[in-house]
Formats: sequence, structure tokens, C-alpha cells
Amino acid sequence: MEIGSLGKIIAAHDLFIGFDQAFLDLVTGCAKNVRVEAGRYLFHEGDPADEIYLIREGRVALEISAPGRGSMVFQAAGPGEAIGLSWLVPPYRWNYDGRSTDLTRAISVDAACLRRKCEADHDLGFAVMQRFMPVIVERLHATRLQLLDVYGSHV
Amino acid sequence: MFDLRDPMVPAVARVIRSRHETADVWTLDLELVDAVWPGFSPGQFNMLSVFGVGEAPISFSGEPTDNAHIVHTVRAVGPVSKALCHLKVGDTVGVRGPFGNAWPMDHARGRDVIVVAGGLGLAPVRPVLYRLMADRRSHGRVTLLYGARNPGEILYRHEIEKWRTRLDIDVEVTVDHATADWRGHVGVVTKLIGRARFDPADAVAIVCGPEVMMRFAAKALADSGIPEKEIYLSMERNMKCGIGLCGHCQLGPLFICRDGPVFTQDRLRTLMATKEL
Ligand SMILES: Cc1cc2nc3c(=O)[nH]c(=O)nc-3n(C[C@H](O)[C@H](O)[C@H](O)COP(=O)(O)OP(=O)(O)OC[C@H]3O[C@@H](n4cnc5c(N)ncnc54)[C@H](O)[C@@H]3O)c2cc1C
Repeated sequence: MEIGSLGKIIAAHDLFIGFDQAFLDLVTGCAKNVRVEAGRYLFHEGDPADEIYLIREGRVALEISAPGRGSMVFQAAGPGEAIGLSWLVPPYRWNYDGRSTDLTRAISVDAACLRRKCEADHDLGFAVMQRFMPVIVERLHATRLQLLDVYGSHV
Repeated sequence: MFDLRDPMVPAVARVIRSRHETADVWTLDLELVDAVWPGFSPGQFNMLSVFGVGEAPISFSGEPTDNAHIVHTVRAVGPVSKALCHLKVGDTVGVRGPFGNAWPMDHARGRDVIVVAGGLGLAPVRPVLYRLMADRRSHGRVTLLYGARNPGEILYRHEIEKWRTRLDIDVEVTVDHATADWRGHVGVVTKLIGRARFDPADAVAIVCGPEVMMRFAAKALADSGIPEKEIYLSMERNMKCGIGLCGHCQLGPLFICRDGPVFTQDRLRTLMATKEL
């Protein structure tokens, strides 16, 4: 796919809607399209977190395996969502497995490439942070609610 | 014939069916023994008593047009609810009601309706969903967003699957965590609100579930543009009399049993945030 249409897809993704065009071009330079069949893993716990996935279609289950309990899915990401927040935090490793539960189409952004560009241009770095921070905060908040186990034995 | 009009005296009802829904939840179909059931509006509740154990408020969860059966869905949490869940076909219970106000069914006509339910909170809104589906053309978009702890605790699962096949309502279910065979949403129910399709300027939201979940759902609905006076929630407080006499269920200036249990978010916001209440 040529960079023009890839750029349009990224510009239309929830994470980057309204993003500055020059920055968008820099992000697009690190990106490619990926297609993952249902049931296939995008990454495993402990793998280098070298990609960020902007999901366009399908769904990715994020799961942790526990001995004797099998895999526990703690989050599922669908269209408009991004996975791969570990790309920002050394040592850049996935802390869970990512499995496609449906045929998934996504934009994969090369994390090392984006890190380099953010390092070289802090304006880009700040703009990218501004996009990722709300996702991180929202996920933290959602995790708190999950921990409260609100549906438990209460009505 | 027994007179149901005395609100303090229970009528006797017989269990004609008991369904085990999930690990600790049962649905009971009741039939009055010697009285005529006046019917109920979605959102209202009965005071159900198990003789020798006690009494508890339980919402209606059945079809509002079915006057032959009184349907309640109960989670076994304490003495009364456990005794209710263990009732067998043919056993009798005491019934006082119907009490409380109702979900805004008339007000919802002509508008988009978004129903957000969590856990057992799906039970008190099931009559709403029956009404909406029976009168589908009178509403705009109809959406059900339902959150449960895990796939095994999804209430009315077969019915939800049936609703999902309808093209005229959007049904989304999410769980807090799941095993690998679950292919649906995983995450808090509030997350689904941002992705639901409705016109916030012309929508009514109906929210029912645990109080923490309702608080955050109401906030997410308000953030999506629905005015707080169009966000309806069903409050739960321990009750005794059911008719606004004893003060047991008082929340600030309100009696949940008499002024509620359904309130709009603009009325509740300050009360819910006040920890002492
Ligand atoms: C308007 C209204 C409608 C209701 N509708 C239903 C319904 O449709 N189905 C249903 O199963 N229950 C419903 N309830 C809740 C039910 O009335 C209570 O759970 C009741 O206290 C059960 O009595 P019990 O003797 O079994 O338990 P209790 O002895 O009263 O309580 C046992 C334990 O459970 C906890 N608990 C009880 N109720 C709740 C609650 N609501 N939230 C959190 N913790 C609680 C108590 O803190 C206690 O630790 C409703 C309550 C109200 C006010």
C-alpha cells in the first residue's frame, strides 16, 4: 500500500484524529498494514514490544496465562483502539499475550522507529504523548473498576 | 378474595416455576393464591417475604403485559434472598406491592434509548427491554450495553443471544475478565458508552446496576452529551415498609421506596457523592 492511503487510514484512526499533518507523515513513515487471522498471536509475553497496533477491524484479546487456570483475558481491544503501550517504557517488552479473536486488520507502527523520531523531535514526542496519555489514564481507571469487582455479590 | 390494596399486609403467592440462572441467581414465577394481581410498571418492585425469615424488596423482571405471572430474579446474598432462591415449585411467599415509581417509558417514546446494565442490574431493566421491543417503532435507536463479571455470570444469556440477532436494536456485552474461549468485549461497561450510536440531544438513558458502576456509567453518559436530567438510575437502599413511612431507605431528603427507586442523575449526583448518606 502506498504511503498516501496509509496516512489517510492513520489520520482516521481514533488515536490520531486531528493530529498535525507533518507529525502524521512522520508516524506514517514508521507504519505498515497488517492482517492477522483469527486465533493467531500478534505477540507473546516477554517478546520485545517493538510494535504499536492501531486496530481497524476485528478484535485482539490481551491475556495472561496462569498455571492451572489457562489463559485469562483481561482486556479485548477493537476497532479504533490501540495496543502496545509498552513501546514507551524500557525495557520495551510485552507483559501479556495478544491474540486475534477475529480476523483483525491493523496498522502496525514500528516502535523503535517512532521512538527515534520522537527523540529527535520533541514536539512530535510531546504530541504523541498527548495522544497516548489519555489511553493510559483510561486504562488505569478501567483497571481500578475491574479490581473493585463491582458486579460481584452486590446487586 | 384478598385485597392487595392494604400495602402493609402481604398476599400469598405460590411458586409455579424456578429457574437457576447463574451460580447464585434464580428467577421465580409466582402466582397469587387468592387475589388478583394489578400489574406493574417497569422499574417497580415488590416486597417479598419468606415466612419465618423476613422480607426484601425485589424488582420485577418479567413481561409487564403478563398479568398471570409475577416474575422476580433474585441473587442469594443474605437470609431472605437465599431463602427465596431455595424455594421450590409449590412453595408459598408473601407479596406486598407493587411499589415505587417507574422507568420513563412514555418519556422515552420518539427518542433514542440507551440502556446500561451491570450484573444483576439487567433484571430490573428486562421489562423495559420487553416494552421497547414490543413497541419498537415508537423509538429511535435502541441500545443495550451490559457488563458482567465473567461470561458465566451473564444473566438471561439465551435471551441476550436472541436479542443480538435482531437488526433493530444494538446489543453489546462486556465482561471484566474471561477465559480464552470468549470472543466478545472484555473491559468495563462504561467503555462501551463511547462507542454506542445515539443522538445525545434526543436520548434517554436507563442505568441499572451496582452503585459504583451506575456512578461511572452516568458520568460517561453525561460526558457523551446526554443531559443529566435524561439519565435515569435505579437506587437501592435497605427498605422495610416500602411506602415511605419508616425512613429506612432515606437518602438525604428522599425516600427510595416512595420517591424512587428511579431517579434522574441531576437529582442524585450530589446525594451519591455525599459519603455520609
Ligand atoms: C428497589 C430495590 C430493588 C431490588 N431488586 C432486587 C432484585 O431484583 N433482585 C435481587 O436479588 N435483589 C434486589 N434488591 C436487593 C435486595 O433487596 C437486598 O439484597 C436485600 O437486602 C436482600 O436481603 P437478604 O436478607 O437476603 O440479605 P441482607 O441480610 O439484607 O444482606 C446480606 C449481605 O448482602 C449485602 N447486600 C444486601 N443487599 C445488597 C445490595 N443491594 N447491594 C450490595 N450489597 C448488598 C449486605 O450488606 C449484607 O452483607 C433490591 C433492592 C431494592 C431497594
